[in-house]
Parts: sequence; structure tokens; C-alpha cells
Amino acid sequence: MRVELRDIRKHFGAVKANDGISIELEAGRVYGLLGENGAGKTTLMKVLSGFHKPDSGEIILDGEPAHFGSPAQAQGSGVGMIYQDPLDIPAVRVVENYLLGHDSQVTLRFAAAVRELKEYAGQLGFAVNPQEYIENLSLGERQQLELIRLLALGAQVLVLDEPTTGISAEQKELLFSSIRKLAKDEGKTVILVSHKLADVQDLCQHVIVLRRGKVVGQADVPCPTDELVRMMFEEIPPRSQRPSQVQEGVVLELHEVSITTEHLSLEPVDLVVRPGEVFGLAGLEGSGQRQLLQACARLIPVRGGQILLGSQNVTRWSYQRLRESGVAYVPAARLEEGLVPGLSLTEHVALTSEETSFVIDWPALHQETRRRIDRYQIVGRPETRVDALSGGNQQRTLYALLRSPLRLILLEHPTRGLDVRSAEWIWQLLFEHVGSGGAILYLSADLDELVERSDRIAAFSGGVMSRVVRADQATAEELGHLIGGGR
Amino acid sequence: MSKARLLRLLWLTGLVGVALAVTGGLLAIFGVSPAQGFGAILRGAFGDAPRILSVTAFWVPLTLAAAGLVISFTAGLWNIGVEGQIVMGAVAASWLALKLDAPQGILVPLEILAAMAAGGLWAALTGVLKTRGKVHEIFGGLALNNLAVILTNYLISGPWQPPEGGTFRGTQPFPDKAMLPLLGESRVSPISLLITGLAILAVFYLLRGTIWGLRLKALGKSPRAAFLLGVSSERQALLALMFCGALAGLGGAVRVLSWFDSLRQSISGGIGYLALLVVMLSGFRVLLVPFISFFFSAVLNGSISLQLRTQLHSSLGGILAGILVLLVLLFGEVRLRRIFPRRRRE
Repeated sequence: MRVELRDIRKHFGAVKANDGISIELEAGRVYGLLGENGAGKTTLMKVLSGFHKPDSGEIILDGEPAHFGSPAQAQGSGVGMIYQDPLDIPAVRVVENYLLGHDSQVTLRFAAAVRELKEYAGQLGFAVNPQEYIENLSLGERQQLELIRLLALGAQVLVLDEPTTGISAEQKELLFSSIRKLAKDEGKTVILVSHKLADVQDLCQHVIVLRRGKVVGQADVPCPTDELVRMMFEEIPPRSQRPSQVQEGVVLELHEVSITTEHLSLEPVDLVVRPGEVFGLAGLEGSGQRQLLQACARLIPVRGGQILLGSQNVTRWSYQRLRESGVAYVPAARLEEGLVPGLSLTEHVALTSEETSFVIDWPALHQETRRRIDRYQIVGRPETRVDALSGGNQQRTLYALLRSPLRLILLEHPTRGLDVRSAEWIWQLLFEHVGSGGAILYLSADLDELVERSDRIAAFSGGVMSRVVRADQATAEELGHLIGGGR
Repeated sequence: MSKARLLRLLWLTGLVGVALAVTGGLLAIFGVSPAQGFGAILRGAFGDAPRILSVTAFWVPLTLAAAGLVISFTAGLWNIGVEGQIVMGAVAASWLALKLDAPQGILVPLEILAAMAAGGLWAALTGVLKTRGKVHEIFGGLALNNLAVILTNYLISGPWQPPEGGTFRGTQPFPDKAMLPLLGESRVSPISLLITGLAILAVFYLLRGTIWGLRLKALGKSPRAAFLLGVSSERQALLALMFCGALAGLGGAVRVLSWFDSLRQSISGGIGYLALLVVMLSGFRVLLVPFISFFFSAVLNGSISLQLRTQLHSSLGGILAGILVLLVLLFGEVRLRRIFPRRRRE
């Protein structure tokens, strides 16, 4: 299906998310949509898939103007979008999820649905168990299901929003080969929204770069990565070179720590994190690294073993007590867990500042907030509500709220969804914390990040921690091997 | 007044108009002219000084409970148990009024403190059930409401029954020195008016200017994020409930020490539930609470004379209030924003 977007404009308050975007997409090709955080990629794709109504502009599908009031209408016209977090329902079976929005009869045709599911999965090379519950699937498998579901609904245009975040290398390969097949053999129009230049180079034939709501460049792929980066940022982000800041001593020590949760039990872990050290945890989602991190933050109980902070046994401490003693935990979900939607930046500063007295000194806190906005380069004002900030600015706000000095920072996906420059900036900030003797224990799904930023890395697979490797000697291949459960 | 504010006011006035029209239609169906019916309610509420004072006397406990609820709602808690907290306040005040012999200047403050403590502790029970027992505050609150009523009935018909024998209606009247000083022949006490005003200002200030209020807001908007940012959710939830309970208990004391003069069977009579409606209508803004609860008090008290004049049951006032609540919840703030989107500050 040929897709034409003409002069699409979409404003959110004063923010021009899409400021007159016109693009043309041919059937049978894979397009990459690149751009910094807040460039307007997701908004544009949500307009195309009926999630947002544009303020002005036209969507033209095969020469016919289309007006979508809802994602369902867009799907009816053949446009389907796979979101970063698939919009499925955790508590149902795969086949039931497939039938949703698909079968309008009173009785559900389970047998036929199972047959169809398997047929589609077979064509695309996916292994799908129709009776499995969605909540037991990995992110990559859920993506595969969404893809199948959209195809079954007759999608001619497929939009994939950051599809390679949080999925394994094998799953990514599988996804890419199925997308290539869909474009080449079935003439689907595919749009890949991504930060990852490598993915775009790998999969796409043509790339469109957005900046501040406008199209700033297009290129046929392959094309030099530097050129793409220059289009995105007007400057090539520097790569960090840093000496190790690891000192003698112990910040965090785990002795035979074992954890049992509903879905996973973690084999006993022994681990020492030293002052000034950045320790990375690798692994596919649900392999145990998140459980370990949350146990260290005292957010989930440990079954056995000891957690020592310095020389203190903190195994039975509460999260709040640990927090008071200089341990910070930064969750991955910024607006669900990290920040309070509806409260302003100043209110967040007031909430987290140690000096806040019972009666709040608002003028002083406004001053303090202004200082932090400057220091952390947040695009916003003290009275701006955090839910009105862009993703990257929310992330900066999370870091702006951390106390200083900190003994230990526990991080989940510190730069997930951020553009290269913001990610770089955040790591410089984290290195400052480390430089003053703090330590960092973090998990990431991004191997490049793990190798580039960590001093040491351990990988998790099925609840078992691998041997610990030195980051400056590790290669992506080696880590991939460990993540896959290799020795 | 800004244009947006004016629009909002007009919109809300319109909603009141629609509620009046619907109720007027009901009146017409029963063969009473709407003008006569509404006239009767108005006269019933504001016809003469005693009636105005009666509306005011009803307003006091309603406003106290509603002011407390603003706090618990801000923390994201549905304190349905407010009704029981009013009842327990009344019970505690009655206990001292019946049993303690002391001059008025000592007895009344003690009664008030006891009522606040009882309401607060009764609310704390809901809180503990929630934080420790994982019982949702709505269910815990409802259960405790029933228990409070049962306790009242037991006290009236058992240990506290009048010497001439239990009537199951109330205890014997309290001595004068146990009562709040009243304005003339009315059931309004200047002291309770003063306390109510202070309570509203206190709630406003707590939410606007203190770290406690901010913590409650954070907790109400996102419990998980608030917890991770260092707000001890259990303690704050408990404190919010206890604060609300204390004000509700105070309202209960006002009921027995000025509206009535004894502990009665249905001492609250649904004031707690009414306060929940008041707070929902206010959109959790405490400065609107006194006005909305005054409107409710006027309509409900005015309807009593509607019955006398038109032979229509006094519940018509309740119907009017109910329709208005539904209309505001349906078409209030949310729809208003859709129709007149609020411009972001540049």
C-alpha cells in the first residue's frame, strides 16, 4: 500500500510535535524513521495509526484520503502499529489474545484460530504455543504475536516502534528476516521507528530523519552512519574515554543471595561491588537480573543469604531505611514508578530534598529547582508538571532528584529510549557520582552500553549468574554467549 | 476573573439549572407547581432566622467531615468509614457527657478531644486493616460503620439507657454544662462554627504549604512512585485516615452536643456519606467544600417544610441533591475541559 502523509501538524499545547511533515512511502519497502528524543517520530506514527488525530494535514492511502478516529479504524484500512510495549492482555492465552478484535461472532472459533495462528507463525518462522499465557512470554514473543495479529487483520502497512528494545539477538534476527519477507514477497509497507542506527542500516532501504517535528533529511540505505548522526544532531556525539575509578574496599557485597519469585528462582549469587565501580548486569528480560537489583534495593524479599552495605548487614532493612543510608534506586518506568504524574518539578524537589521542613519554603525550593534545571539541562520550568516533559527530560529529572553523595546507585536501563546525546550526558553524570567514591550496579539490555560503560559485567540466564567478566576485555560476542547461558 | 474561570462558573450554574429543571419536572408530575415546590424549599431553608440557624447547625458536622475527607481523598484513600468515625466521635463525647462531672469550661474541651481521638482511632483501625491486613479501606470502612452503629444501639439500650427504662431511642439528655454553648434557642454553637472555619483553613494550609500535604498528594497520584521517592506509604496513609477520622469525630461531637442533647440511635444519619458527595463535587478543593455543603444543608433542611406544605415527601430534596451530584460527576470538570481545553502556560 502506498502511503502519503501531507503536511501533518500536531501540537500538544505549545509543543509542536509534528510541524508540517510530508512523506511518501512506497509499497514493498522498509523505511526507517530516525530522530532524537522528542523529534516527533512516535507522534507521527500515532497519527498514521489512528491513535492521534492530526490538527491538520492529510493521510492518503493508495490515492484515497483516509480519516481515522481510532486505531481500530486504521486497522480496518490496513494500517497496524506495534508499540514498544505490546498492547496485549497479560492474563489471557495466546489464542484468546489473537481472537480479540478479530472474531466478532458470539462463539469463538478456537480450532480455526489455532490453525491460523500456526500457519502465520510458520510462514514467518516464529514458534508459537497457542495455549501459553501472554504473561509467560518474553517481550520478543509478544511482539511476534502482535505482528501475526495485525497481519491476520489484513494490515498492509506495518509500523514498528523501537521493536528491538528488550529482545534477544536471535529474536531480533527472526523479526528482521520476517519483516524483509513481508516487504519483499507480500508488498507490505514497513516503517521502523528507531534510535538504533545499526538496526536501520541493517533492515531499511530508505531512511527519513526528523528533528523538532520536521523532516530534516532523507537518504537511501546503506549510507554512512556519520551522515545519519549528523542529520539527527548536527554534530557527532563524542565517545567517552575514561580511566577506571575503581578503588579498594567494598560498597556492596552479596553472600549466597537467593531469591524466589512467582516466575523465577534465582540461584545463590556472590558478588562484590567496589567503590568507584560500575557493575553491569546483562541478560534477556526475565532472567533474574532485575530481581537481583530489586533485592539489593530491598524491594523484594530474599530467600537466603546476606546483603552487606559496606560492613553492615542490610538483608532485613526496609527500602526507606536503605534509601536514608545513601542507596538510590532508579526504576526503568519513569512515569509509572519514578515520578509522580501531576506534580511539578518543584514539588518533586520538595518531596525528595533532605532539608525540606514541615512547612515548605516554596520560594527557596523554586530557586533550588531552577538550579537543578540548569545543572541537569531539563527543558521545563519549576512549575512544569513532570508528565508534560518529554521522555528524555523525565529521565534527567529522575537523576536531578538523586541525593549527593550516594554510596550506591541501582539502575534499571539507565538510558533506555534515549537518544545518543542524552545517554552520553547521563553517563557523564553517573561517572561523576562514581568519581566521588560511589558505586553503580545497573542492568541494561544494550550490550554496547554494557561494554562501553561498565568496569565489570555479569550476565544472567534463567536465574543463574554467569562468571564476572572485565568490560574492557569483553566483546559483544562473548557476552551474547554468556547471556545465552554459556559458560 | 479570568475568562476560563467565568466559563467554568457559567457551566456549573447551568448544571444546577438542569438539576432544578429535572426536579421541577418531577414536581409537576406529582401535581405540584415547581414554583410552589422550590418556593417551599427556599422558605424552609431561609424563611426566618431559626431556619437559617438550623441549616447552619446541620452544615457544621457535614463540613467538618468533608474537610477531613479532602485529606484522605488527596492521599488516594476512599474513607467510606467516615460515617462510623462520626458515630464513634459522638459515642466518645457522650460517654464523658454522661459520666464526667466537671465544669463546662473543662468538660466540653475534654469531650471534643475525646471525640477526635475516638474518630481518629476508629479510622486508624481502617488504616491498619488496609496496610497490615490488605483489606481495602472501602470494605474495612463499611464493616466498621456497621460496628459503630451496633455499638451505639447497644449502649442506648443497655449500659447507657435512661433510668426510666430503655426506649431504644436515646440516652437521657446531657446536663447543660456538658453541652456546647448555643446561640439563643438555636442548635448552633459559635464555638463549633469557629472550629469549622479553622479546620477548613488548616486543611487548605496543610495541603498547600507543608511537606505532609505534598506527601499525601504524591501518594494519591502514584503510590509506587511516591514510595520509591521516599514517602513511607503505610505511615502516611494511616496519618491521613486518622486526620480525617479526628475531624469526623469532632463532627460527631457537634451532633450530640448541639444538634441533639443525647446519644441517639442514628446519630449521624448519613452525614458521612453526604460528606463524601460534597468532596467529590468539590473536586477535592477544600475551599469549595463549605459552599457545597451549605447548599446540601439548605436543600435537605428546606425539604422538610416542603413536606408540610405540599404533602410531598421530604426526600425530594434528596432527589434534587442526587440529580445534581450525578450531573456534576457526568458533566463537571472533565467534560468542561474537553469543551473548553485549558491552555497551557507558555
